[in-house]
Amino acid sequence: MAYVALADREPELSHPHSFITKYIWSQDHKVIAIQYGLTAIAVGVVALILSVMMRLQLGFPDSFSLISPSEYYQFVTMHGMIMVIYLLTALFLGGFGNYLIPLMVGARDMVFPYLNMLSYWVYLLSVIILMASFFVTGGPTGAGWTLYPPQAIMFGTPGVEAGIVLMLASLAVFIVAFTMGGLNYVTTVLQARTHGMTLMRMPLSVWGIFTATVLGLLAFPALLVSAIMMTFDRLLGTSFFMPAIVSMGEQSAYDGGSPILFQHLFWFFGHPEVYIVALPAFGIVSDLLSTHARKNIFGYRMMVWAIVGIGGLSFIVWAHHMYVSGMNPYFGFFFATTTLIIAIPTAIKVYNWVLTLWQGNIHLTVPMLFAIGFIFTFVHGGLTGIFLGNVVVDLPLSDTYFVIAHFHMVMGVSPILVVFGAIYHWYPKMTGRMYNERLGQTHFWMTFLGTYAIYLPMHYLGFLGVPRRYFAYEGIEFIPESAQDLNAAITIAAIFVAFTQIIFFANMIWSLFKGKKAGSNPWGSTSLEWQTPNTPPIHGNWGDELPKVYRWAYDYSVPGAEKDFIPQNTPPSDKAPETNT
Amino acid sequence: MIAVLIFMTAAVAISYWWLWKQKILEQPWLTEGTAVDNRDSTNLAGKSAKSGLFVFLAVVTSIFSLFISAYFMRMNLNDWLPVDEPRLLWGNTGVLALGSIAIHWTARAANNDSIATVRYGLIATGIFTSLFILGQWVAWQELVDQGHYLQSNPAATFFYLFTGLHGIHLLGGLWVWLKTTLKVLAGQNAEQTILSVELCRNYWHYLLVVWLCLFALLLST
Repeated sequence: MAYVALADREPELSHPHSFITKYIWSQDHKVIAIQYGLTAIAVGVVALILSVMMRLQLGFPDSFSLISPSEYYQFVTMHGMIMVIYLLTALFLGGFGNYLIPLMVGARDMVFPYLNMLSYWVYLLSVIILMASFFVTGGPTGAGWTLYPPQAIMFGTPGVEAGIVLMLASLAVFIVAFTMGGLNYVTTVLQARTHGMTLMRMPLSVWGIFTATVLGLLAFPALLVSAIMMTFDRLLGTSFFMPAIVSMGEQSAYDGGSPILFQHLFWFFGHPEVYIVALPAFGIVSDLLSTHARKNIFGYRMMVWAIVGIGGLSFIVWAHHMYVSGMNPYFGFFFATTTLIIAIPTAIKVYNWVLTLWQGNIHLTVPMLFAIGFIFTFVHGGLTGIFLGNVVVDLPLSDTYFVIAHFHMVMGVSPILVVFGAIYHWYPKMTGRMYNERLGQTHFWMTFLGTYAIYLPMHYLGFLGVPRRYFAYEGIEFIPESAQDLNAAITIAAIFVAFTQIIFFANMIWSLFKGKKAGSNPWGSTSLEWQTPNTPPIHGNWGDELPKVYRWAYDYSVPGAEKDFIPQNTPPSDKAPETNT
Repeated sequence: MIAVLIFMTAAVAISYWWLWKQKILEQPWLTEGTAVDNRDSTNLAGKSAKSGLFVFLAVVTSIFSLFISAYFMRMNLNDWLPVDEPRLLWGNTGVLALGSIAIHWTARAANNDSIATVRYGLIATGIFTSLFILGQWVAWQELVDQGHYLQSNPAATFFYLFTGLHGIHLLGGLWVWLKTTLKVLAGQNAEQTILSVELCRNYWHYLLVVWLCLFALLLST
């Protein structure tokens, strides 16, 4: 039998016993996932604090003088970089990818466990390098998260002494870590699926994470290449990106380089990065909606095709970030077209989420609240994306608060809501305990309404033409006085949301010790991770025999079935109605 | 960005073709009941390692094609002064090709269960590859003697960057080669070496192709 061959893999798993090999130098994908997750959340909290500092300055420029203009730029840069790369990418792929892929496809572990362990430690190294830049002469770089040359490495930009070098080094190290992890995620999905787990039976979470990982593997090299070339420019005096510049009355040593070249390379990474963050969120939210609405996902195949289609399209839209860079207008036409085309598969996904809810048996559990909240914020941010995808609309709105509102809505708030939803959904599996439902709901409503209070007004500031990246707005004639009132209100909302997260952390930590036992499948879920013999799953996941998969992951409320869900590893019973194929 | 777009088109096309073969049109809600799919699950570790290497090479190709794209875009700016490539590179290319042939021969020997040939093959591979790296180093020295420093001109910078990056990848390969060779010298039998040797073979062939592309690019511009 073919099953024997899979069972043959058992001796490969090492079964560590000491605390250090079990929880520190662990090769278990679940432990690595939690290490990734905790590190990412910790560094995310740092970025959250930075954003509160910036908001205090913007909202009450006269009352607080906590930060200087240089620090403002440094905080903007670090906030953006940490949130996009070190929090969201690491948490979705390193955290949820690591935890969910082997469990959902029915594998005992990742295919290269040692590499997986290495991936986490290299990631931690990149975080340490990044954090070290707060403590060097000149502080972290203040070049903006896009690190555009020439200013990123010119004197006058904060952190040009050492901050920028540490930033580039940290990014390079992060990419190494991601590549090691990414090879694991992709190869595990390709090779280690259990019996019966065809691609089209995989839960959409796996599809999202898998496709996002492929995107990451192909797109992160662009960031690596630009980081290497910029490091050369900064440290060795080459001129890849640096044009001839007269600075402080003196001709710099650089000559002939092209800053636009950097922008092309950067956004060739930067745009797929949006989908590296969004696709796992798409996948996870599909599973949350389906499970908590007790209904199969609407249009599973369309959902898969849309994920794959978005993945392909995401590589040919990068220059819509560069409409104002002075590139050929015909390029603008091309990139606006491809950008709007990407709205089609995305819209399909949104319709399918809503249609999954339609006439579902909706349980307003905490994960479900976050999933539904995501639909709102994502539609909102997606629609403003259609505005900005058009060249003529983008030009006046570029570099205003409208852009900030757009991308925070679409790739800040939306993925974070999914992160919370996913944590609340899988927490019982990860810890074996249930959290406080009431506190979870409070956390949702305060976060959801609070973030709307932050970002909705920013759209209006954008229409007024309030420019982004400014430290203070005094004496700018076209900005009315009342804009400052709005700014103050946004700041209050931001502080409110930031403090709301204490509820989340308190709930998670308290429930870890005092929560009531959750049981192995509290949500009545069909996918494999809820069918493990132990909760939380132990090393090796499946006991003696790997599960066998007989059906897709969305058999909810099947007519004639005993319960309102049929796990993927349930063999077909004689009573089940015959299907006509 | 032409070079990288060509690569991306190929990558996306291959992915979609593969997905098509995986029955992405199947309606999974109608296929209840079958627990066996037609995947052959023997030798899983070997297959995982090989597809892992394949994915890794896709990543490396992405890096190289991005550098090549940058090369084309930077080349059009007016301070570009082409570098005369050292003639030594022709010799190096030949040596690298010999290395590739040697590892190919080794992999065949491993599959034919003749460990003695594997031993000679691995040593030959190591010698040829080290010679190539040494040759590249000498070529760098020649350029420096001609006054082409890293900073002096973008064409020179790219020359160092391309050859250096390729060399680093080859050094990584030599690390795996070293581990394999030590195991073989310690008395591993042919069957146990098959996987490592085959992985090395794929990697060496890949790096030869990359070098031929880079060399052609450097010569033609």
